[in-house]
Amino acid sequence: MSLATENISSLRTRLVAGEIRAREIVDALGAAIEEKDGEIGGYLAADLERARQDADTADLEKPLGGIPIALKDNINLAGAQCTCGSRFLEEGYLSPYDATVTTRLKQAGAILFGRTNLDEFAMGSSTENSALQVTRNPHDLTRIPGGSSGGSAAVVAADTAIASLGSDTGGSIRQPASHCGVVGLKPSYGRVSRYGLVAFASSLDQIGPLTKTVEDAATLLEVIAGPDPRDSTCLDEPVAPCHPSLHDGVAGLKLGIPREYFGEGLDPAVRERVEAAIKALEGEGAELVEISLPSTDAAVATYYIIAPAEASSNLSRFDGVRYGHRAENPGDILDMYRQSRAGGFGPEVKRRIILGTYVLSSGYYDAYYTRAQKVRTLIQREFQSAFASVDAILAPVSPAPARKIGAAENDPLQDYLADIYTISANLAGICGLSVPCGTVPGDDGSALPVGLQVLGPHLAEATILRVARAWEITRERA
Amino acid sequence: MSDSSALDVTYVASLARLDLTAEEAARFQEQLGTVLTFVETLSKLDVEGVEPTAHPAPVLDCLRDDVAGECLPREAILHNAPDSALDQIRVPKVVEDA
Repeated sequence: MSLATENISSLRTRLVAGEIRAREIVDALGAAIEEKDGEIGGYLAADLERARQDADTADLEKPLGGIPIALKDNINLAGAQCTCGSRFLEEGYLSPYDATVTTRLKQAGAILFGRTNLDEFAMGSSTENSALQVTRNPHDLTRIPGGSSGGSAAVVAADTAIASLGSDTGGSIRQPASHCGVVGLKPSYGRVSRYGLVAFASSLDQIGPLTKTVEDAATLLEVIAGPDPRDSTCLDEPVAPCHPSLHDGVAGLKLGIPREYFGEGLDPAVRERVEAAIKALEGEGAELVEISLPSTDAAVATYYIIAPAEASSNLSRFDGVRYGHRAENPGDILDMYRQSRAGGFGPEVKRRIILGTYVLSSGYYDAYYTRAQKVRTLIQREFQSAFASVDAILAPVSPAPARKIGAAENDPLQDYLADIYTISANLAGICGLSVPCGTVPGDDGSALPVGLQVLGPHLAEATILRVARAWEITRERA
Repeated sequence: MSDSSALDVTYVASLARLDLTAEEAARFQEQLGTVLTFVETLSKLDVEGVEPTAHPAPVLDCLRDDVAGECLPREAILHNAPDSALDQIRVPKVVEDA
């Protein structure tokens, strides 16, 4: 078996025992990338030479010593590209600094060499909006890997990475994790610093891990989480370790089942897999409690006002002045802005900038933006009242398994609607994860992964990881 | 809530400093019309007396110590600039001739 198929904790054990060397892991990944990434397209760049150098000097005493981690290409790594999947930054931008998560991974001994594909500026849920390349689902190459962290999920699923980081604004870690059959964790808002993550929607964005096991997700979270003077929205709260309670099981825990997440629109085969996992957790001693989150239906509409509004503001920095694409021979400075943006951005980014500018414009601001912010309050309150009586919530991640590549062309709303089960967690700021819970049959005999979503109260990452680990244990036993 | 037909894609794009081709304008007009009709379903919800939420975990008066730190290296910044001269970023002329 190639070392590329292993996970962080198994590799760490073997590294520390002196059974293997870090360079062998890098070589195994290099061979796996050579063999598989041509057709999967998960990586936008992989600097194996740099990885080998870092492997030879890796400090194995550190928690991630000798472990290669891939980064979504919207997380800055000093001296490396950071394209955000956009023509705008494809050329003419090298990161002048490390994101805080990058710094923390380096301090923990990780080897950083790979840049993974994404929907342009993380806008999308299929990775088809990347202007640079197509990423395919390793379980069925005719299907999307999900998105926007589609590259980060695909490389972990294909064993061309050990683990990766992604970012989640409306489900962009959990949904591709579900579609690719890996673990994906969106931390609570404020748990992980956003410094050095290229901003999409600042009140929704969080960086989190995509891994092969729940334990690895806990390991990476503990490395990247915690206060950061460079991000005022990163909470000044100590990070409770997730490992001590990881294997405690679910006996005695109350798990909420929100009826709105199992209604019309949920694929029957997906429902069956998710319900089987829920039943198994009940068998482990969890108490299931039926709950209601009545504003779930309104979450997608709320999100597609708030996220584009914030994006239209954040993306004003891409003006052709300081970095990235600048139009040739503009007439004047305004012309330079307009043409540089027209030439640098793809269609989904343009649509969201227009939508966001519109809902913030004079005369429409209250009708759209303020109203959406009020609905956001309702969504947040409903989670607060639900978590007064349950420890965590169980739900599907996506209403259907990964769709075919190209099947939503010219109909952006179709994909927006499929975000229904993931978006509320971002609006409320709570934590959530996806853990694989089986497969459903695709056409021509493929098996398409399905994820179980575990949602928890703000800063209750230890609880949702414990629930997900309990499910993993029952699955391993079966 | 207002009517989705009020959206003039070309005008809004100009506010966002974004040139659109005629083909893009026509396509976005139709696609965003559909999206706006959908998001307008929010007008049916009763939000009377509900406070708006701008941020999921509001942190107030969060100030770090005012200590001078290192700036980003000049070479790295100028390397990224599409055009530069005399250690500065160059843009098309923004002032009229005297």
